[in-house]
This record gives sequence, C-alpha cells and structure tokens, in this order.
Amino acid sequence: MFPELDLVILSRLQFALTAMYHFIFVPLTLGLSFLLAIMESVYVMTGREIWRRMTMFWGVLFGINFALGVGTGIVMEFQFGMNWSYYSHYVGDIFGAPLAIEGLMAFFLEATFIGLFFFGWNRMSKVKHLMVTWLVALGTNLSAVWILVANGWMQNPVGAVFNPDTMRMEMTDFVAVVLNPVAQAKFVHTVAAGYVSAAMFVAAISAWYLLRGRHLDIAKRSMAVAASFGLAASLSVVVLGDESGYLSTEHQKMKLAAMESMWETEAAPASFNIVAWPNQAERRNEFAVHVPWAMGLIGTRSISKQMPGINELVDSAERRIANGMRAYAALERVRADADDRQARELFAETWPDLGYGLLLKRYRDDVQNATPDEIEAAAFDTVPQVMPLFWTFRVMVALGFYFIGFFAFAFWLVSTGRIENSRRFLKIALWSIALPWVAIQCGWFVAEFGRQPWVIEGVLPTFYAVSGLSVLDLVISLLVFFVLYTTLAIVGFRLLLKAIRKGPEEPSGASADAPGVQADPAMLTAH
Amino acid sequence: MDVSMIPLDYATLRVIWWLLLGVLLIGFAVMDGFDLGVAALLPVVAKTDEERRVMLNLVGPVWEGNQVWLITGGGAIFAAWPLLYAASFSGLYLAMLLLLVALILRPVGFKYRSKLPDARWRSTWDWLLCGSGVVASLVFGVAMGNLLLGLPFGVEPATLRPVYEGNLFQLFMPFALLAGVLSVTMLAAHGAALLAWRTDGDIAMRARRFGGWLALATGALFALGGVWVALGLDGHVVTGTVDVAAASNPALKTVEAVEGAWMHNFSRWPWMWLAPVLGVAGSLLAALLLWRGARVSAFLATSTAITGVILTVGFALFPFLMPSSLQPGMGLTVWDASSSHFTLWVMLLATVVFLPIVLFYTGYVYRVMRGTVTPESVSENPNAY
Repeated sequence: MFPELDLVILSRLQFALTAMYHFIFVPLTLGLSFLLAIMESVYVMTGREIWRRMTMFWGVLFGINFALGVGTGIVMEFQFGMNWSYYSHYVGDIFGAPLAIEGLMAFFLEATFIGLFFFGWNRMSKVKHLMVTWLVALGTNLSAVWILVANGWMQNPVGAVFNPDTMRMEMTDFVAVVLNPVAQAKFVHTVAAGYVSAAMFVAAISAWYLLRGRHLDIAKRSMAVAASFGLAASLSVVVLGDESGYLSTEHQKMKLAAMESMWETEAAPASFNIVAWPNQAERRNEFAVHVPWAMGLIGTRSISKQMPGINELVDSAERRIANGMRAYAALERVRADADDRQARELFAETWPDLGYGLLLKRYRDDVQNATPDEIEAAAFDTVPQVMPLFWTFRVMVALGFYFIGFFAFAFWLVSTGRIENSRRFLKIALWSIALPWVAIQCGWFVAEFGRQPWVIEGVLPTFYAVSGLSVLDLVISLLVFFVLYTTLAIVGFRLLLKAIRKGPEEPSGASADAPGVQADPAMLTAH
Repeated sequence: MDVSMIPLDYATLRVIWWLLLGVLLIGFAVMDGFDLGVAALLPVVAKTDEERRVMLNLVGPVWEGNQVWLITGGGAIFAAWPLLYAASFSGLYLAMLLLLVALILRPVGFKYRSKLPDARWRSTWDWLLCGSGVVASLVFGVAMGNLLLGLPFGVEPATLRPVYEGNLFQLFMPFALLAGVLSVTMLAAHGAALLAWRTDGDIAMRARRFGGWLALATGALFALGGVWVALGLDGHVVTGTVDVAAASNPALKTVEAVEGAWMHNFSRWPWMWLAPVLGVAGSLLAALLLWRGARVSAFLATSTAITGVILTVGFALFPFLMPSSLQPGMGLTVWDASSSHFTLWVMLLATVVFLPIVLFYTGYVYRVMRGTVTPESVSENPNAY
C-alpha cells in the first residue's frame, strides 16, 4: 500500500509553502547579522556614536524579521515527522544528525545571544556587546552550514547504505556527509545569496532616505556598507552558483539537463540554450536559440567531455529500474528469511538501485513483476517538468548578473561621492528591493523541483515518503498555515514599514523630519 | 566506520540516548516552561499595561534561547529515535499543528506586542500569548498522558511504515486531560516562581498568591495521576527474550498489556521512587515557599518538581518510548526504535562537545541579565518588549 497521490500533492504543496515562506526571512537574517556586526565593529573601533545608532536602527528591522524566521523555522524542524514520516524513518539515521547538531551548535548560539544583542547594550562593555553581535552572526551562518549539509545529502546521498534488517538508510561515514561537495557548494552559494539580499535591503531603504533627504548621515554610510558588501556578495553568489551547477554535472545529471532543456546528447562541447520552448510530452524543444560550446564549457569545464541529454538519461534510468527490481526481489527474500545468505549477497550487489525499483510503486505493489510498459513509464517519471525549471533558472541567473552590475555601480557612486545626487539610481535601488528574494525563491525552486521525482536523489521517491494522513488533515493544516502566515506577513510587513518611516533615532538636538539638517558635508568630513 | 571500533556497545548507547532524551525534555520544560507559564499568567497576574510589560520583559531576553531546547529536542529525537519521531509527529498530526500555531505566535507576540501603543493591538497579543502558553503546555501534557495510555498506531511489518488510526478528539480522554491540566498548572507555577523571584511589588505579590495554589494543585494532580496509573491503567510488558543490541525493528517482539504494569519498574528498582517523591515534595515545598515570600528557593522547588514529574513518566514507561494500544507488539522501545550504533555514537560525541558549551554561555547570558525587572528598567531600554 502506498499513499494516494492527492495526499502527495498536498503534502508537497504544504512543504513548498512553509519552506519558501520561511526562506523569506532567513536570507535577511543571514546577511543582516553580518552587516550589524560590521557596523558595530566600526563603532567600537572608531568610537563614533553614529555607527552605534546605525547598528541600533538596522537591529530593530533585524528583530522584526528574526521573530518571523524563528516562528516559521519551528515548523520546518517538525514537519518532516508530521508530513513525511516514511522519509523520517527511511533516512532519519543520517538526515536527523545535521538537524540536531544545527540546534546544538548553531541555533542555541544565535538564539541565546540575540536576547543580549537587544537587552545588553547598557549591561556590558562595548567590546563585549560587539562580541555578542559577532556570535549572533556566527551562529546564524553556522546554522546554514548544517541545514545545507542536510539538504546537500538529499541531493547527493553519500556516506550511507541501506540496511535490510531495519528497512532504512544508515550512516557509514559522517565525515563524507559533512564534507559532501554538493553541501559545501550549496552552503556558500546560499549564504552569499543571503548577503546579497541584506545588502539590497539596506541599499534600498538608504536610497529611500536619500531620496527624501532624511537621515542623510546614516543613509550615506549604510549605502556605502551595503554597496561594498553587496558587490563582494553578488560576485561570490554567481561564481559559487557556477560551482553548484558544475557539481550537478557529476551528481544530478537529470536536473542539469532539465534546467537546460537538453533533450538529446550533443557532441562535446554541448551548446547552451539561451531561450527555448520545451515540449515535455514529445520530449523535444519547439524552438531554441543556441550558443555553441557554452554549455559544455560551463558544465564540464572541458571541450571534450560529453553531457548526457534527457532522453539518454531516461534510457539509463530504465536500466537502473530493471536492476532495482532485482534489488527489491532480493530484499523481499531477506525480509522473509533473515538467514538467506544468497539473497543478502544479491541485495548487497543491487541495493544502490533499490530506489529506482521503488519508482514502480506508483504503478504496482509487487515491484518485481512490473511490465515493460510500467518500467518505461517509471523511467520517464525521472524527468522533472522542464519548462518551469528552464525559466526559473534563467530568471535567477539574469538577476545574479544584474546584482553584480547594480552593486558595482553603487560602489562607484559611493566611492566618488555622487550617490546623493544620482536620483535615478536611488529610484532603481528602491525598486530593486524585492529582486534578491525573487532570485532566491527561483533558486530553491530549481534545486528542489529539479530533484523530482526524488526526495532523496536516486534513493527514495517523493511520493513514497509521505505520512499516511487523510486528505482532510492536509486541507486543515494548509488552511491554518495559509491564514496564519498571511496574517503574520501583513503584520510583520506593516511593522517594518512603520519602523522604516520612523527612521533611526536622532542625536539630541536634531529633528528627525527636517531635511538637510544632517546634510552638512563638513560634518561628514569632520568625522 | 567499523562499529567494533566504537568504545561503547549498542545497548549502552541506547540507554545513554534514552537519558539524553530525558535531559532535553527536562531542559525544555525547566527553561522554556517558565516562558510558557509567565505568558499563561499574563491576564491574572498583571493588571496594567506597565505590569504586563514587566512580565514580558522578564522573559524577553532569554525566551529565544529557551525555545531552542524544544527545537534541539525535536532534532535529537529525529537523529536518535527516527521511528519515534516519524510515528509520533505524524500520528499526533492535528495536535502538533495546534502546538505549532501556539509556538509560531510566541516569537511574534513577544517581539511585536509593544511596537504599537494601540490598546486593542496590545490586548490582542496579550490574549494570544496567554492562549499560546496554555495551549502549548496543555498539548505537551496531553501527549505525555497518551503515552501512558498507549497510542493507536502500528508499523507495517514489511516496510516499517508507521500507520495511525485515531483522531484528535480521542487524545482528550479523561486521564490525558488530567495530564494536560497537570502540565498547565506545573508550568504556570514555575512561571509564577520566576515572577516572585525576579520582579517586585504587586506583580510579585500576586504571583506568590496564585503560584502557591498552582503549585499545590500540581502536587495534588500528580499524586492523583499516580494512583490512577497504579490502579486503573494497563501498562505494557515485553514478553519473551529481548535482544538489547539487535537491529532496530519494532515488529519482532510480543507485548502484553497488564493492569498496573507501569509500576513494575518502581518495584524492580526502588531507587526510582525518588522521581515521584521529588515531584510531590517539590510542588508542596514550592507552594509553601511562595506563600512564605521566598525568592530563588521557590523557583528551585518548581524546577525540582518538573524534573521529578518528567522522570516519573520516563521511568514508568521504560523500556517503552511510545506504547501502542492498537498493536501492543509494535510499540516502540529503547531497544528497537533507535538509530544505528554508529549514528548514536556520532551524536553522543556532538552532544558531549556542544552541550557543556551551550550551558556555559546560557549561564553567562543569565548572569548579564540578572536582577529584578521593574517598570523603570523596562522604560530605560528602547529595545524592550
């Protein structure tokens, strides 16, 4: 018996909804915690009061964002068990470890010191408070390490074997799980994306103040910090994203081929489709604009290595499914008689394809007796929906390059002292505030939707991993999350707007709303 | 890695992780428990907005760290007891949803409540915070009670896929409700003890008065629950031989339901009586100390009571983690629901390294934030809740 497909779709929808919502707040926390630490460091090193006020102001916005990040993060930790109970049993032996270590090593650090960040200003020395801020930033970023070790393992399940006695994957090599190259590449790409989003957040809000002629002293300095931090971050995010893509060539060939809408294997080096209109049913592109060589160079970093197209990968999936049926049959024999040595040996040879055998569970329970038609259908199931992957990937990449240009220009304007008078750029900055989030959500979509039909690449199909809940359970929880999350988004957003409108606290004697009061250039140079 | 290189054998590691599960649960109940309790007491202990802000700012600097005990507890159950995590979280789906709603509202409530001066805004959040404190405490208690009753779940022997056959309302049986109410009074008494210790004036006075009654009720409900378990509940007993080092598979044993069997461990290991004694004595002592106007000692007494109550449940159930009322043989035990030998070892190493560090800096933060919270200290801090 395996759960109904409606349930699978609803469970996936709920996971997507809650994860994407959670990841509205996380990138800002990742980046802003660093920016706060940088600003406070300048304050402690120079003793200039304005940097303390900057830290306090961006800290208020950080806090509003952090509360929602924490609240929605609890859901993430619990819903594997709630909605994906077979997943939890099947891979908990490996997947649970990074989650637990994340709590112990990182989240405790971040959450314990965040209270001191807000409540400790007058209770500790400047240097100690600065250390607290750095520890928050460290905790936040360490947290990302472990979450991406867990996610990286879903993309590239290393260091584990299937144990027929416990019917689950078990860890054999912890170091391999932690040093998983996919996890490492994802970590740096993800945190760099977080830094870009925080830099854009600070740049856009500072631009708004500059346009309005308010809080000029703080806005100019914040813009300078954001421009330099953002330039470094946007360069990293693109370079490290390329590394992530390169690793997909090795570990997730199907995802890469689908992202590129590459149906047939081309002679090396393959061409790159700038635009294409994929036709999933007929397994071809309606039309495509190619750049010769580009894909082969990006994907394999060579001119001679071939990259397999989708159709070739479907053929190889068919072979693996056939082998998976043998693994499944051997497993059934081991389960019936634990002392069957021959069956155990057979299983030990074939188990890496067991997951491919499980793909047949969509069509029949007795996997080992599948018909050729069913095998062909299951093999075609390994192709994710090409169209949405192709386009979301391109949106993300285009935005990545836009951010490099944006921050490079901002950096130039700031360093030449022209930022204040570049009203057109300031308006562009203001309107760009949401773009990093668009890019980030597209990125996660490519990473997770591109892994379908697998929840653990090659090991466990998504549909086989859900809890045995009723559709009603899912409808209730989806409704509850939808209403609660929408309400909180509105409330949080309005509080952010209010805090931004109010602006940073002014030093005594200056009025917050009188434009030009702080604009005296002599004051800036005097500092 | 070759498991023969691991210096601790599988059975020992399983017992260690059973103890660590207890440490995390007690850590959560003692640390985050007072946050929940203070929130639950908001409408009864505070009369003015200023008083409510004093209460919120007492837990304001520390509740985030405290809540991580729960997050880490969830992660540790996932890592060390994957089947327990899978079966309980999916089986108790709607109850977990209720808990999540309560837990999501808390960070937001603390942070956002005092950001606007509007009285309706503030009172809405106050009620939400109070409700989330009560609901979260209640769900934890009800879940504990249902563990003693056994839950209507099983596992498919062929795939070890957890299956559950019950609904939300079946969880609220009289005994489970008793456990739920016990949990609410216990954590509220704990919150009151913190208020009595770290605030002064009217808040502290009211907290002492209410807290005393709550602590007394905790002791009485706990004792009543104990009698109920001894005389009216079926406990589970594993029959036949148990291989404590076998691969985790709960489908291979036979279990019998026997009335009063949850008391067997206490007869077998009489030192275990210490746990219920601490539970009752801690509660009664806390009531006495609160009424007498004691400060830190009352808080220590409620902490002791919480520890005693949780240990009692764990001791009674051992070796069961999650007994099944549907197919008793499929109940999860310490011997058949754990992670692999290697994973338990890796996780133990991580815990041995990081838990002391966590305790060290948590202590540091509490030391920095020590002292009485007053209306003046709240208004001095622009970041105050």
